[in-house]
Amino acid sequence: MSPDIASTFEQIRERAHSQWEQLFKGDKPVITVGTATCGRAAGALDVLNTIRKQLEAEHLDIPVIEVGCMGHCYAEPLVAIFKPGGGYPPLLYGYVTPEIAELLVRDYILGEDPCLEFLLGALEPNEIVPSIYDLPRFAYEKPILLENCGRIDPTKIDHYIAHNGYSGLAKALQTNPESIIGEIEKSGLRGRGGAGFPTGKKWQLCRNAEAKPKYIVCNADEGDPGAFMDRSILESDPHSVIEGLIIAGYAVGAGSGYIYVRAEYPLANERAKAALDQARDLNLIGNNILGSDFSFDLQIFQGSGAFVCGEETALIASIEGKPGLPSYRPPFPANEGLFGKPTTINNVKTLASVPRIIERGAEWYSGIGTEKTKGTAVFALAGKIVNTGLTEVPMGTSLRDVIFSIGSGIPGGKKFKAVQIGGPSGGCLPESELDRPIDFDSLREAGSMMGSGGMVVLDEDDCMVDMARYFLEFTQGESCGKCTPCRLGTRQMLEILNSITKGEAGIEVLDTLKNLAMDIKESALCNLGKTAPNPVLTTLRYFRDEYEAHINEKRCPARSCYNLMAYYIVPAKCQKSCDACVGTCTVEAIYQGKTGAKVIDQSKCVKCNTCMEACPPEYNAITKISPLSELPEALPPLEVKKNED
Amino acid sequence: MTKEQFDLTEEEKEKIRSFLDHAATVFSKNQSNLIPALQAAQNKIGYLPTVVMEGIAELLGIPSVDVYSVVTFYNQFRLNPPGRHSIRVCMGTACHVGGGQIILDAWRRRLNIDKRQTTPDREFDLDTVACVGCCSMAPVTIINNEVHGKISPTRVDGILLQYQIAKEKEENR
Repeated sequence: MSPDIASTFEQIRERAHSQWEQLFKGDKPVITVGTATCGRAAGALDVLNTIRKQLEAEHLDIPVIEVGCMGHCYAEPLVAIFKPGGGYPPLLYGYVTPEIAELLVRDYILGEDPCLEFLLGALEPNEIVPSIYDLPRFAYEKPILLENCGRIDPTKIDHYIAHNGYSGLAKALQTNPESIIGEIEKSGLRGRGGAGFPTGKKWQLCRNAEAKPKYIVCNADEGDPGAFMDRSILESDPHSVIEGLIIAGYAVGAGSGYIYVRAEYPLANERAKAALDQARDLNLIGNNILGSDFSFDLQIFQGSGAFVCGEETALIASIEGKPGLPSYRPPFPANEGLFGKPTTINNVKTLASVPRIIERGAEWYSGIGTEKTKGTAVFALAGKIVNTGLTEVPMGTSLRDVIFSIGSGIPGGKKFKAVQIGGPSGGCLPESELDRPIDFDSLREAGSMMGSGGMVVLDEDDCMVDMARYFLEFTQGESCGKCTPCRLGTRQMLEILNSITKGEAGIEVLDTLKNLAMDIKESALCNLGKTAPNPVLTTLRYFRDEYEAHINEKRCPARSCYNLMAYYIVPAKCQKSCDACVGTCTVEAIYQGKTGAKVIDQSKCVKCNTCMEACPPEYNAITKISPLSELPEALPPLEVKKNED
Repeated sequence: MTKEQFDLTEEEKEKIRSFLDHAATVFSKNQSNLIPALQAAQNKIGYLPTVVMEGIAELLGIPSVDVYSVVTFYNQFRLNPPGRHSIRVCMGTACHVGGGQIILDAWRRRLNIDKRQTTPDREFDLDTVACVGCCSMAPVTIINNEVHGKISPTRVDGILLQYQIAKEKEENR
């Protein structure tokens, strides 16, 4: 049967290849616009419409293709123009507005001027213009999971197939399941959901289970605030996940599977659904896939907004139509999972790695990364960092390289304070930990966690106590309430943290806080509870001085805790005839003082920061003050003489 | 759960009837259909009135208390009617660092409602979301499923003014 599979797939592949060649290797220009969620938020759809309208007005039949996210979210919307015969390589433009898009069409598509002033870089190394590969970040990055993102149209299966897509599946179907599991085990792939359990081992456990039918589930319930890698992969390259799922299904002996997608990701849902239909049309899903005797079906299950459903036993309950409460393990899902049957649950990034490993071999994959953690890590860079967006680096890269070389450091010349990794389950690491090579074990050692890969950078304006409070508020709100340590323990911790940020706590609470945290870590039922204290424990470990300042001096060192800080206009700096702050104040709390300088009425101020942004930088008259006891007395208002006529 | 918290409009009653008729043909008697059925109902009606929850319970052959427990467990389901425009303030980490709380306060102040509430004229409803994954645009507010990035209190005022002008134009037509 093997030659059958090979020849059936070869036909599909050839057709896809010629379609791709026709589009990109022809003599017509091609325009691509990145329209993943991040691009859309920056106005990519307006850009897209402008380009389409203009081409139509000029009666030009030029394909405009919607692609996914390239990871350069800071420069969205992104437009790339391929113009054969124009004398330039494919060019990528960043920060494109509808007006710039109009110029690009007029000057480059119709004319000869490539508008290099809007260029981000060429998409290929060349002799004429700098390419994006010359940016410092490319020395560190190694896109494997993101290699197709932003380069292919995620709604076209042919584009994926033309980039070696589904050839891993064709290869897998020609061998037996055991050797696939062996290959994955040899590659050293570890689960990318956060815990880092060896994927091959997980599959073997499920394969060994006797009960039938078996299920395979893709966990795309990316609930960590500050993480958007899984969304991006599903939106930009959904077929890589689907191919991984089919291979996993074949390996463990499952006949059907689910993709569990968060409800908050409408575009990812839509794209995954469309991708499934296309795969079905080509018999890559369904009965006797590619003429083999393996049959497999997939469907999408839309989550409904519960963080705890990222936990595998809760996710199973949710698909079964119950509240997403986790349950005790064992029995593990590999033996008794969905509907009581053996189930394998893998993260989006784990599954997207699978086709590449099968296609290129375990040795290729195990050559990347560190001794214990193979492959790459995908991070979502956000917070106080210049280049927000996605990045993929080999395991073992240092945090410093990711933040300063790839992310270009902190904007506005501010000082780096901490990096928060792994969402609410992770921890905050200070400057001194930045040279740590990234992998599952080294981060755990530092008290943090790989998590699914959200990386939020914090600068000197961020209060670490408030960060810990914020994460705990999140996990507390998402606690399902099943076990006592999590339900009551996190609430107690949150109350303590609230009192600290209000300056109402005594120094003894720090011990209580730590004890509670250790108890919850040991006794909670699921990983949500077990990891919830991490942000508190790491900030206590690395930033204890900030806790002490809040308690002893009623001072917030970052001047950000609402109850401990106030805005103040320095009279000597205030340019008296300027009204910028008065005009923008959203609650009319600013008046003119006796000397003419502006004054904030503290009883009205809601601390919204608008005046600080409005004050012209050359005056820079508004400052934040903490503790409140240092706030100078406010000037009385200027008495305006009434006109007597 | 017998009494509705809100009076149903005629339009809603019609939607409920047609949803339940349609659902009977699509969803089989199986608890695993519960969440998809609730999602379909909320998509069609906008929220989950008591009669709908009871109808779905009967349809799937499960106690209505099980339906209520699922509805109240997940953040996605709502028990009160949505406003004409839905406002979702992102409270993800990146948005928090970028001043998400300040933005939420601004919406609360201007709309004069708290989160998970609807303005009395049913024009706006306000809620928070954990993270929509647009962290690079923080702070973010999602209005009618459209993501608005880099929001400030003054942008909040500007956006509300836009809606007010649009509404006045509509009324004058």
